[in-house]
Amino acid sequence: AAQLEASPRPLSTDEEPTALEHITNYNNYYEFGTGKEDPAKKAHTLTTEPWTVKVDGLVSRPAEFDLEDLLKPVTLEERIYRLRCVEGWSMVIPWVGFPLSEVLNRVEPLGSAKFVAFETVMRPDEMPGLRAFFNVLDWPYVEGLRLDEAMHPLTILTVGLYGETLPNQNGAPIRLIVPWKYGFKSIKSIVRITLTEEQPPTSWNKQNPREYGFYSNVNPEVDHPRWSQATELPIGQGIFAKRKPTLLFNGYADQVAQLYAGMDLTKFY
Amino acid sequence: MSKALRFRLLRAALYWVGFAPAVWVFYLGFTNQLGANPVRTLEQELGIWTLRFLIATLMVTPLRNVTGISLLRYRRTLGLLTFYYALLHFTTYMLIDYRLDLQAIAADIVKRPYITFGMLAFAILVPLAVTSNDRMVRRLGGAWAKLHRWVYLAAAAAAVHYLLVVKSWPMEPLVYFAIVAVLLAYRLGKHLRRRRRPAVA
Repeated sequence: AAQLEASPRPLSTDEEPTALEHITNYNNYYEFGTGKEDPAKKAHTLTTEPWTVKVDGLVSRPAEFDLEDLLKPVTLEERIYRLRCVEGWSMVIPWVGFPLSEVLNRVEPLGSAKFVAFETVMRPDEMPGLRAFFNVLDWPYVEGLRLDEAMHPLTILTVGLYGETLPNQNGAPIRLIVPWKYGFKSIKSIVRITLTEEQPPTSWNKQNPREYGFYSNVNPEVDHPRWSQATELPIGQGIFAKRKPTLLFNGYADQVAQLYAGMDLTKFY
Repeated sequence: MSKALRFRLLRAALYWVGFAPAVWVFYLGFTNQLGANPVRTLEQELGIWTLRFLIATLMVTPLRNVTGISLLRYRRTLGLLTFYYALLHFTTYMLIDYRLDLQAIAADIVKRPYITFGMLAFAILVPLAVTSNDRMVRRLGGAWAKLHRWVYLAAAAAAVHYLLVVKSWPMEPLVYFAIVAVLLAYRLGKHLRRRRRPAVA
């Protein structure tokens, strides 16, 4: 991985980051298998150069950016964020990225745009999970945000980790990070960003709408139908790691709660 | 070597081999070699070994019927290994994962189907393990066989427990579920055939 220049910014948490070894060896990236260590073992087959990201839909200036062109005008920042997986574990990760809003502003969303849809690359010949006996998800992986969520300063496109370019298993070369939502919302290896008027379909919601909603905000009060979300197990703290209470919006309530003012979070889970 | 001595030696060997995975995974756990989420890995390993020994126990009869190889004398050992692994799995969940947070555990049992099924399987295995000695076999007579048929329900509950604990449909829980389903269907098929054919006087 190559070194990245990044300036630290105030939006970071001051918690101790999880070890790089764990961040890069405990992943959910089903395109490379459903085991936690499958992505670390198998994702090296993904070609990340050259890479283009298409930004289209309800925008005045749709474009297909080469990754270099996408990154040229932005200032990379280090953002140390908490990550809470819907499965009940958590990490603290020093990402390197920039606000998604910078890309969206560049293409000039139309007034009719209300949502942003994202799509992961789909290459069966490079992704063994896509050649599996049967599909665990409907490929390609898709995700979505409301436009105001996408424009929020905490929402970033990420190209690095611990000061270096992203390893493939972590979603290289460019992925989304939305720190107040369960990890699966933070889609990996993005090839397309589309602004839409209607709420776009999202992969886990399609797979099981009762268990995974469109919003998927971290919320200790709203349990997954099959397990509690009240606590989480921090990764990388050995066999005697203690569960800790999960925080509303993953601890980012001060910054994001107003996005959901007046909404019933049990209904819009 | 007498037959009895040979049996006892083989049985002891089976225990040693049977416990090896548990010793190994606890060793890795306590020396911090179980990776990013050691508690989950520990639970999963002990759980999968419980299911493996349960399947091995249920294989004894069909194996004899199909191939003529009888491991009937080792079935009790396999059954007890199943129970010991279930106990380790259960204890790990209670002590290491939830640190005896009884309120959270009680809520889990009531609200989480996968925990409910797991607890059901374990609750069935307890009386089976307790009544597995010769004295109880003699004392319970015909009731013993009836009681021990509950193992089928335990197996079904354990397979469902594994299926429900994962986020989507990965291969392993489906494979174990299919094996248990085949073994139970085999039993059910035999049972139905026997009932349809009246006993010859």
